[in-house]
Amino acid sequence: MMIFRLAIKNLLGAGMRTWLNVVVTSFSFTIIIFFNAMYNGMRQDTLRILLDTEVAGGQLWHPEYDPFDPLTIEDSHSIISEELQKMVAGNEAMPVLVRQATFYMNGRSSVGLMKGIPPGQEIVRMPLKVIGDYSGDYIPVVIGSGMSKKTGLRKGDLFTVRWLDALRTYDADEFEVAEVIKLDNYRLDRGVIWLSLEKMRELLQMPGEVTYIVLKRDHAFNNQADSFIYKDIEYFMKDIDSAIEADQVWARTIFGLLLIMASLGIFNSQVLSIFRRKKEIGTLMALGMTRQRIVRLFTLEGGLHSVLALFVGALYGTPLFYYLATRGITIPYGEEAGIISTGSLYPVFGPQLIFGTMLLVAGVVTVVSFLPARKIANMQPTEALRGKIS
Amino acid sequence: MGKIVVEVKGLIKDFPIADRLFRALKGITINIAEGEFMGIVGPSGSGKTTLLNIIGGLDSPTEGTVSVLGLSLIGKSNKELADLRKNGIGFIFQGYNLLPVYTVYENVEFPLLLLNVDSNKRDKMVREAIEWVDLSDKIKSKPAQLSGGESQRVAIARSIVKRPPLVIADELTANLDAKNSHRIMKILLGLNKEIGTTFIFATHDEKVMGYLSRIISIVDGKIESDKFFDRNELREKV
Repeated sequence: MMIFRLAIKNLLGAGMRTWLNVVVTSFSFTIIIFFNAMYNGMRQDTLRILLDTEVAGGQLWHPEYDPFDPLTIEDSHSIISEELQKMVAGNEAMPVLVRQATFYMNGRSSVGLMKGIPPGQEIVRMPLKVIGDYSGDYIPVVIGSGMSKKTGLRKGDLFTVRWLDALRTYDADEFEVAEVIKLDNYRLDRGVIWLSLEKMRELLQMPGEVTYIVLKRDHAFNNQADSFIYKDIEYFMKDIDSAIEADQVWARTIFGLLLIMASLGIFNSQVLSIFRRKKEIGTLMALGMTRQRIVRLFTLEGGLHSVLALFVGALYGTPLFYYLATRGITIPYGEEAGIISTGSLYPVFGPQLIFGTMLLVAGVVTVVSFLPARKIANMQPTEALRGKIS
Repeated sequence: MGKIVVEVKGLIKDFPIADRLFRALKGITINIAEGEFMGIVGPSGSGKTTLLNIIGGLDSPTEGTVSVLGLSLIGKSNKELADLRKNGIGFIFQGYNLLPVYTVYENVEFPLLLLNVDSNKRDKMVREAIEWVDLSDKIKSKPAQLSGGESQRVAIARSIVKRPPLVIADELTANLDAKNSHRIMKILLGLNKEIGTTFIFATHDEKVMGYLSRIISIVDGKIESDKFFDRNELREKV
């Protein structure tokens, strides 16, 4: 306790030098916490959106289905087992049929995907009820706002779609954009038109066929009971986690540099302190303090920079983080950056993140404080009293 | 002669200088009794400070034996020597060596904190020591706000606050004017009389010598003379 009191006294007595180090260290604290909170927020946001809009309780994929392989997509459909059909009938699962198609609009053409789902389904957040209510002469589809922006299609626009049906025959028809909706999940938006599953089966001549099934959350289905392959939320998060992990390499470099900056300031301050305070060290020895205790005192003095930095960081960080966590940060470039987002990112400041960062910074600061303080252990009291530089 | 508190026999101290050894003390033998108010005098470089440092456990002898307060200092660990200083010895330095960020009170309190004296007793002892040196009005001042004389009085209060059996003072008046030097010596003589502490001074200041009841003169690392004086009249005055 005495050592602690002395360390605090010495630290505060050092004035501006202490506060400069403390402020720099507090920047390390807050920036590390902020960036990690952003990653946490990004991951949680993505997880929530994926579960809400795409994955729900997991998906069952046709064995041939690979969303990234256009060559196999034509063959990745079949009629599902009776057990799954019962689940679909009981609104426990949602069938989705996927087919490649060419869109012709505004004098241009582009290749994309037709996806058919039951318009009234409630398993994922995909508001297609407008399709069921449609009373026009064309085939109603819903597109995402990203697709609308990219193709120039607006609500009420007509465009032609060509596809290859089950008999390997090209067919085409006129479609109408019944609604443009905002989709937070760009994977459901980019190059995709959404239509009624029954209508799509009819167009493709694939009655009862399915490409994949989305299971309701907390479903009781035995994932091994069908030839379809089960994909859980972890599978869908893999890409996101890899992207975050790749980005974190850069972030960790920044954290490292920040920590080095803070540590160098404290290291420099400790070296100077021991150099300038030799006479004081000698006096402490003469008064009966052991060298080990003096080493502890100086190490604690250095280490306490991190405690003060925590308070200073909390002073400006708490209101700032509270503001960001409640208001969010706008990221209009989410889709371009490959981020599944609502457009606003809400950093998540968990206790694990805050305490983990505290321990990391305190640990590094204590180590850099100890390294110069070790010299005291070999210092002769008489030399120290003379303030002799060795 | 009372109980011996410092016993030095055949003390030799060598210092390496470049590739040679310089012999600072050449076979010193002295005994200092409890309650003595004595000084080691001699010109600069004669070995006074080296002898005091060895007696204070701040340095170790090359040869010979040193016993302080009944403890032989030969072969003792740093911790044992630190314990001896903490419990039994008070130091007064030429440059005061006050801890700059502490107030007068905290500087004086420091040795008692090391001894884990409980707070009520500590407060009483600190205030008493500050009163002895007549600095009660400066209790909250920092060393930078004090004059040289006041700083040295704080150093004295710090050295005697734990009532050590032995106080070692190295050139304590070197930075002080005549008035302050006399004032400080009178304070120390009073303490010697009041609490019976043994004082050993290293000095070449004649004002200090006038107060000492024993003067050992060292020249070139050897004892040249060892004289006792009757200062009873002076002690009575103080």
